[in-house]
Amino acid sequence: MHLALFIIFGAVCIGAAINLLVQKHPINSALSLIVVMGSLALLYLLLGAEFVAAVQVIVYAGAVMVLFVFVIMLLNAGEEERTPHGSRVAIMLGVPGLIVGLGIGVYVVARYAGLDRIAIGGPAILNGTEGFGNPRAVAQLLFRDYLLPFEVTSILILIAILGAVVLARREE
Amino acid sequence: MTIGTYILVSLIKIVIALFVLLTGVAYTTLAERKVVARIQNRWGPSRVGPFGIWQPLADGLKFIFKEDITPPFVNKPLYLLAPILSLTVALTAIAVVPIGPWITVNGIHTPLQIADVNIGLLIILGLTSIGVYGIALSGWSSNSKYSMLGSLRATAQMVSYEIALGLSLVGVLILSGSFSLRDIVDAQAGTWLGFIPKWNIFRGQFVAFFIYIMAAYAETNRIPFDLAEAETELVAGYHTEYSSMKFAMFFMAEYANMFTVACLATVLFFGGWSGPVFGPAILQAFLPIFWFVLKVLAFIFIYIWVRGTLPRFRYDQLMAFGWKFLLPLAIANIIVTSLVVALQ
Repeated sequence: MHLALFIIFGAVCIGAAINLLVQKHPINSALSLIVVMGSLALLYLLLGAEFVAAVQVIVYAGAVMVLFVFVIMLLNAGEEERTPHGSRVAIMLGVPGLIVGLGIGVYVVARYAGLDRIAIGGPAILNGTEGFGNPRAVAQLLFRDYLLPFEVTSILILIAILGAVVLARREE
Repeated sequence: MTIGTYILVSLIKIVIALFVLLTGVAYTTLAERKVVARIQNRWGPSRVGPFGIWQPLADGLKFIFKEDITPPFVNKPLYLLAPILSLTVALTAIAVVPIGPWITVNGIHTPLQIADVNIGLLIILGLTSIGVYGIALSGWSSNSKYSMLGSLRATAQMVSYEIALGLSLVGVLILSGSFSLRDIVDAQAGTWLGFIPKWNIFRGQFVAFFIYIMAAYAETNRIPFDLAEAETELVAGYHTEYSSMKFAMFFMAEYANMFTVACLATVLFFGGWSGPVFGPAILQAFLPIFWFVLKVLAFIFIYIWVRGTLPRFRYDQLMAFGWKFLLPLAIANIIVTSLVVALQ
């Protein structure tokens, strides 16, 4: 059951990601990205991380992507214009590069993680502790064990927001 | 319980919940027309059947048989997707709402809830944020200025008020220590002095409740926050170009969202199905559901009452109210609640 769902949503995720690149209209690309986010959330759910899955939907699919769609709507962005043929250098370097990258990835996973340990089926398999992805466990990690890095990150984001406000402000 | 029984029981619950919800949606439209009519010193629909009780049926038939016009120059896939998305998301949210305690029928022990998940509240918030796309896409794909303006307004408004809405619920979460809606209801069981129920609204979440209810009105695009469909300025807002059943789907989604908001208010602040239970066994089984439905209907009535009473906000007032008043107030509520809980 878990494996079947994993394959289905993994396929949906990859399909939507490819669709995101292929689509010509920005709004279709944005919608594909939402599908990617949604299927990622379901993959988290299959791993037993309910809280992360819900936050993935609320924050990424719900809030961040709404702003993307909003901007596309406001700018009334039209279809992209494509150059008639792709860059030859990109094809010559990109395809072998992609194959080598995938190969390295598979090798690293097989060598160090061990293929037998890549299992789908919830938290018990992952690290032997029950309920590692529930809100309580996540809260304990964020607000007790890693409180300082968490708060420092929030200040970083605050600085980014202030920067955006300063840049966007009209000159008096 | 075997997996077969589980699936069967779940299917039965889904069918019943959908039937009740859709009937509720249909009759809320009638109730709204009747109550608003009385507020404005009119009669409202009264011709179709006694007191106009077949009016929703007549309206439904009219919607089905109307010509379904797809205007030229729309983005067809997205134009179709928008109402489907709106309605699906609105109807899905009811799946995690608990309407009663566990019951045993024919030896099958099951909760009166379609899915008892431990992140129920987050699922509803997630579905609400996905629901924004239905409105955003309908406006964009219609290729019409009125639709576009309406959906831009609605999207900005829903994204803004979602924050105040989410933060207003944190106080309740601190008090009950769980995201599961069933746990939240269970945490509100019991009374003080034998008659004051231990509902969250009486446990200091008074301010949170009012933030929630105001943000929820904005989330559902209802008066006084219905700028997205302000008919004096925007014809009908984001669904201007929709006709027949596609328009009806937006309409049903709006009313189903009202029900979700009312159910959530009942569960989070008014103790869900808790209430006096007495009498013979059969009455004891049905009284909790009765109390739940009564509370939800009371919220629906307040919705209609507000619609008949308040004027519409101006757009800058709406944004200022959400960001400068509701949001700080919600944060203050979180701080005070957590201080009180920490000191106890």
